[in-house]
Amino acid sequence: MSVSKGFIVPGRPHPLLAPEQSPGWQRLREGFDAARRSLEASDADLLVLYSTSWPSVIGHQIQADPEPEWIHVDEEFHELGSIPYKFRIDAEFAKLYQKTATRRGLHARTVAYHGFPIDTGTIVALKLLNPNNRIPATVVSCNMYADRGETLVLGKAARDAVDQLGRKAAFVSVTALSNRMWTEWIDPADDRVSSDKDDEWNRKLLEFLGEGRLEDSSQLMRTFTREANADSKGKAIWWLAAAMGQDNRYAGTVHAYEGLWGTGAAVVELVPDAHAAADQEFDEDDVEVYGGDRNVLDSDPSAPPAPAPAAPVPAVSPSFAAAPAATVPSPRPAPAASREDVRTSTAPKPVGPYPHARRFGDLLFVSGMGPRQPGTDAIPGGPVRDADGQPLDYDVAAQTRATIENIQAVLEAAGSGLEAVVDITCFLIDMDRDFATFNKVYGEYFAEIGPTRTTLEVRALPTPIAVELKAIARAPGAE
Amino acid sequence: MSGSIVAGVLAPHPPHLVYAENPPQNEPRAECGWEGLRWGYERLRKSLSDRDFDVIVVHSPHWKTVVGHHILGLPHFKSKSVDPIFPNLFRFNYDVSVDVDLSEAIAAEASADGLTTKLMRNPDFRVDYGTIIACHLANPAWDKPIVAISSNRSHYYFSNEVGEAEQLALGRATARAIEKSGKRALLLASNSLSHRHFTEEGELPEDMSAEHIYHHGQYLWDMRVLELMKQGRIRELLHEMPDFIEQSVSECKEGSLTWLFGALGIPDYPAEVHAYGTVIGTGNAVVEWDPRRALVEAK
Repeated sequence: MSVSKGFIVPGRPHPLLAPEQSPGWQRLREGFDAARRSLEASDADLLVLYSTSWPSVIGHQIQADPEPEWIHVDEEFHELGSIPYKFRIDAEFAKLYQKTATRRGLHARTVAYHGFPIDTGTIVALKLLNPNNRIPATVVSCNMYADRGETLVLGKAARDAVDQLGRKAAFVSVTALSNRMWTEWIDPADDRVSSDKDDEWNRKLLEFLGEGRLEDSSQLMRTFTREANADSKGKAIWWLAAAMGQDNRYAGTVHAYEGLWGTGAAVVELVPDAHAAADQEFDEDDVEVYGGDRNVLDSDPSAPPAPAPAAPVPAVSPSFAAAPAATVPSPRPAPAASREDVRTSTAPKPVGPYPHARRFGDLLFVSGMGPRQPGTDAIPGGPVRDADGQPLDYDVAAQTRATIENIQAVLEAAGSGLEAVVDITCFLIDMDRDFATFNKVYGEYFAEIGPTRTTLEVRALPTPIAVELKAIARAPGAE
Repeated sequence: MSGSIVAGVLAPHPPHLVYAENPPQNEPRAECGWEGLRWGYERLRKSLSDRDFDVIVVHSPHWKTVVGHHILGLPHFKSKSVDPIFPNLFRFNYDVSVDVDLSEAIAAEASADGLTTKLMRNPDFRVDYGTIIACHLANPAWDKPIVAISSNRSHYYFSNEVGEAEQLALGRATARAIEKSGKRALLLASNSLSHRHFTEEGELPEDMSAEHIYHHGQYLWDMRVLELMKQGRIRELLHEMPDFIEQSVSECKEGSLTWLFGALGIPDYPAEVHAYGTVIGTGNAVVEWDPRRALVEAK
């Protein structure tokens, strides 16, 4: 297990510099203290921070100066005083994180410059959670243009690096929850969340987090952002969920929740817990590799295909060390049975929580496969209906070819091929219109191989396609 | 004798310009780059050489404040400014004098108008790179004191229109304080125009074969805005500013240019566009308003 703990903490300087001025700031300080004690008692040997108060434009930046030292002053709350700091940065990890991020298609670089302005949030978090620099740390920036997909990939890359070094990491997201500050000077004693609506949304989010439902929280953040002006659109929660494994298997503790200059500020701790509730929605936005500026989640069929990564992303998690090189497995640990699952970036992304194929004994069971193109979701031959549900003309021959080639891609990722197929089930949405054409194209691929076949007409398929095939094949090495 | 504004300048602050200029204060070194804009700053300096001034008043989007408008309130700051976004290009050792009397006067005038203000009096404070870069490019001799004003972010909480109104009011207060001070002031609005960046950078940042506007729509907006400036149609520009900000991701959202217009009394005389160029996809222009033109136009 490479994850020791996860934390969500606020980044404004008041709990560090002036807790005595406000009962709420004092309670936040006590929340930080509880988190610090828990961290000190843990087996974490690395702190990886994501801070929303370190914005970047050129991809993501990762702090790699072994001993950054300065006297920091917050640009807004400078009257609270100066913050001298000297941190212990794990430069080796930072450099590896840059590499794993690059491997996943991200633009990333390390920074190690004298006088580099480390942000207030990072300073507050490290000062309060790790005051003696007992645990080496690094921090990654918050790209101002990054969307959820890019931020998830960044989190997964952090996990890749942790796994690769065999470290036990505590991941820390430095972020406010709701982020509407007071715009006038207030009496600190009167500080609270700046609106009841924001407060209610914060409490809903904290209810999830208190139950350890981190992935559910991640999926809630877009709605939360619209309703409560989340800090940096909730990117820190996205990053944390991706780094910690995209599931809900945590024991959550909310050490503190208060208004901090009008924003929602919480100290939350998440500890892996295999017995926690695991129910979660399928995440339609999950991505493994960053495909380029703004195109990560582009599912517009008219959009040009995203460029393929220069090289396949290798399996870096020890849990998936046996996976074929062309597959892009999730880096999170999985139950032992799923080690036989096949997931690949060369086939379209599943539309539900299932693998592309599963080996069982000497057989490979390939999930129902349609013609959508990997990376873009474009449908060769065109979709069967438009966004309003109106029928469109489509080319079933092109769809059939693409479908069979997707099956071929899955089989090849598993070390097999079309020649190993022994049985196929075919689903058509319009037998009268499409069967003859479908049958002709099918014959081009399978006439000589000759698997058994069943063909059915169905009312609809999950995406706007006309054909889907399900195949069973001999597994590699089987007689 | 009453003080005056000798010129108002749209003075963008891409660190790339200082990097390519290779002044001794900056550590990184370049071979070349962004000459169009750098030559524009040269033309600005030549233009300004026919008039003297006592102080530079600069409004910067990279000193971000939510609780009102903050103004440097100590006489001297010396440190190193490292750009958190382009640390590879900008690590600049600065030594700045501040006209604290004028800082306090601007704060007082703005407060009298109901604006929230605060003087920044922490000696360890690091002056932001938007201030440093605009001041350096307008006056590389660093022989004048400055007044540096933060960028208030109220627009993020309310609307672009509210942000604009706030900055116009701050500009008017700035002009009144200058007039009462008896000083001659050069005003710098440290803003880009369109502001969508590329999110990748080549191995050689000054490789000009990679430099162009991020999106044609940005360029259309930038040219529209510059044309209005050249024709002295600033009131019309202010009406269009919220749309310009929205549609070109303009850095003018941060209010520096609108503050300048407020200080100049919403000029209706033509501006001089010294240069336009792109920096990592964003649109930037060096533009000068010379109040003497108001008198010429009146005749």
